[in-house]
Amino acid sequence: MAELLSLEEAVARLVHDGDTVALEGFTHLIPVAAGQEIIRQRRRDLTLVRMTPDIVYDQLIGAGCARKLIFSWGGNPGVGSLHRFRDAVQHEWPVPLEIEEHSHAGMANRYVAGASGLPFAVLRGYTGTDLPAQTATIKPITCPFTGEKLTAVPALNPDVSIVHAQRADRAGNVQMWGITGVQKEAVLAAKRSLVTVEEIVDELEPRPGAVVLPAWVVTAVAEVPGGAKPSYAAGYYERDNAAYQAWDKIGRDREEFTKWLNELTGVKA
Amino acid sequence: MSAGYSADEMMSVAAARALGDGMSCFVGIGLPSKAANLARRAHAPNLTLIYESGCLGAKPSRLPLSIGDGELADTADAVISVPEVFNYWLQPGRIDVGFLGAAQLDKFGNINTTVIGSDYHDPKVRLPGAGGAPEIAASCGEVFIVLRQNPRAFVEKVDFVTSFGHGTGKGDREKLGLPGQGPTLVVTDLGLLRPDPETAELTLTQLHPGVDLDSAIAATGWKLKVSDDLETTPAPTEQELTLLRDLEKASA
Repeated sequence: MAELLSLEEAVARLVHDGDTVALEGFTHLIPVAAGQEIIRQRRRDLTLVRMTPDIVYDQLIGAGCARKLIFSWGGNPGVGSLHRFRDAVQHEWPVPLEIEEHSHAGMANRYVAGASGLPFAVLRGYTGTDLPAQTATIKPITCPFTGEKLTAVPALNPDVSIVHAQRADRAGNVQMWGITGVQKEAVLAAKRSLVTVEEIVDELEPRPGAVVLPAWVVTAVAEVPGGAKPSYAAGYYERDNAAYQAWDKIGRDREEFTKWLNELTGVKA
Repeated sequence: MSAGYSADEMMSVAAARALGDGMSCFVGIGLPSKAANLARRAHAPNLTLIYESGCLGAKPSRLPLSIGDGELADTADAVISVPEVFNYWLQPGRIDVGFLGAAQLDKFGNINTTVIGSDYHDPKVRLPGAGGAPEIAASCGEVFIVLRQNPRAFVEKVDFVTSFGHGTGKGDREKLGLPGQGPTLVVTDLGLLRPDPETAELTLTQLHPGVDLDSAIAATGWKLKVSDDLETTPAPTEQELTLLRDLEKASA
């Protein structure tokens, strides 16, 4: 059953050095506050998993929390590159970053396999590309029924998955709506899970098209209003596009970034 | 440009014209999204736009900055999960056109959005990566590509094949069992390129008004083949320009 915890306590209890950690949210409902709490608690040697590492992973990578990144698209959506990610890959700053690179279809299917309790997923993907030569977790497989050549990718089963949702009730049942990406799969695939929510309510009114994660598949819920900013939470606030544009300048420069990091972690420069 | 429109505007208009009414289109962010939304306003009101964030049939009133913009979800026929987009909608070949951008493109329409430089582990420039593109390029009925033409982007051979076009030439897609036709059109700020029916090599078939052939050749990093029936793109109409500028204004 989900425990209601503060964000600080939830991260302290659920995220350990060396863990494989997935923070999901596709443009919408990105658990930014939780990512920043991981930075504050100075976790190290994490294997970070995320389809679309954007500014929250740029921050985690720049802060030196990660030793490896499993991903399919690393950019600042609509703005440009992730400079901390680039600096880590091109110059090993602040620490070397190993990468395991997939396509979106591959990553989505890896979460589906993880959520399904299967060892791998099958898709029609990667054919003809240079990705299989660089990524050990992409292998050919032959359909036993038709003989068609397909691609297999192993299940993703993070030690902990973290997502953000609009609401939870006091029992820890979670409700989210709008673009919900791979959040359900990420939570079901994980050994432990943390959901940050905009608000905790007495009763979840049913909403058409909502994704519900029942309390018994969630480890912890933390109430963090605004916890997805500068991404957005449908029904609560809009995407702060200016913040994404402003990040380009901060992320581009090691000094600017370090200033930002010291402010976040309360270190006096 | 003295013609009263920019090269980028010509590119967006030419790209939009390629999308027919009633088609379904898997839309990449940036230039493809601009062109697709212009098409829906101009001549293709029944164009179905699909975004990889899970927005099926999105009808945005402004250009989204990101493929998961709330405007896309609010105006969509349905919002579905990301595994569903790729597995149920893209993979079986339900989508007519995949509309992609590229950082590097080679003469057989192979796309690189992964790394610049020959060593994957020590790249000169690390690019964002694949996203949805490899499977979009494989499984859509055909693929349109839109990007600005210059020798850095238009290369003899891409440093990394992120999304497969026509490989090393005609017949490669069939050999690999790729279901879609692959790239059938490249729209640039200078003109249009299409694969040669015999060799699949991208060939200049159209120049935009006011662009001379030499500058298109100079902007291409391989020895550009030019179609015998090289045509000139009709200039953007007043209506197309107005719709495009309104769209950009609404998105600013």
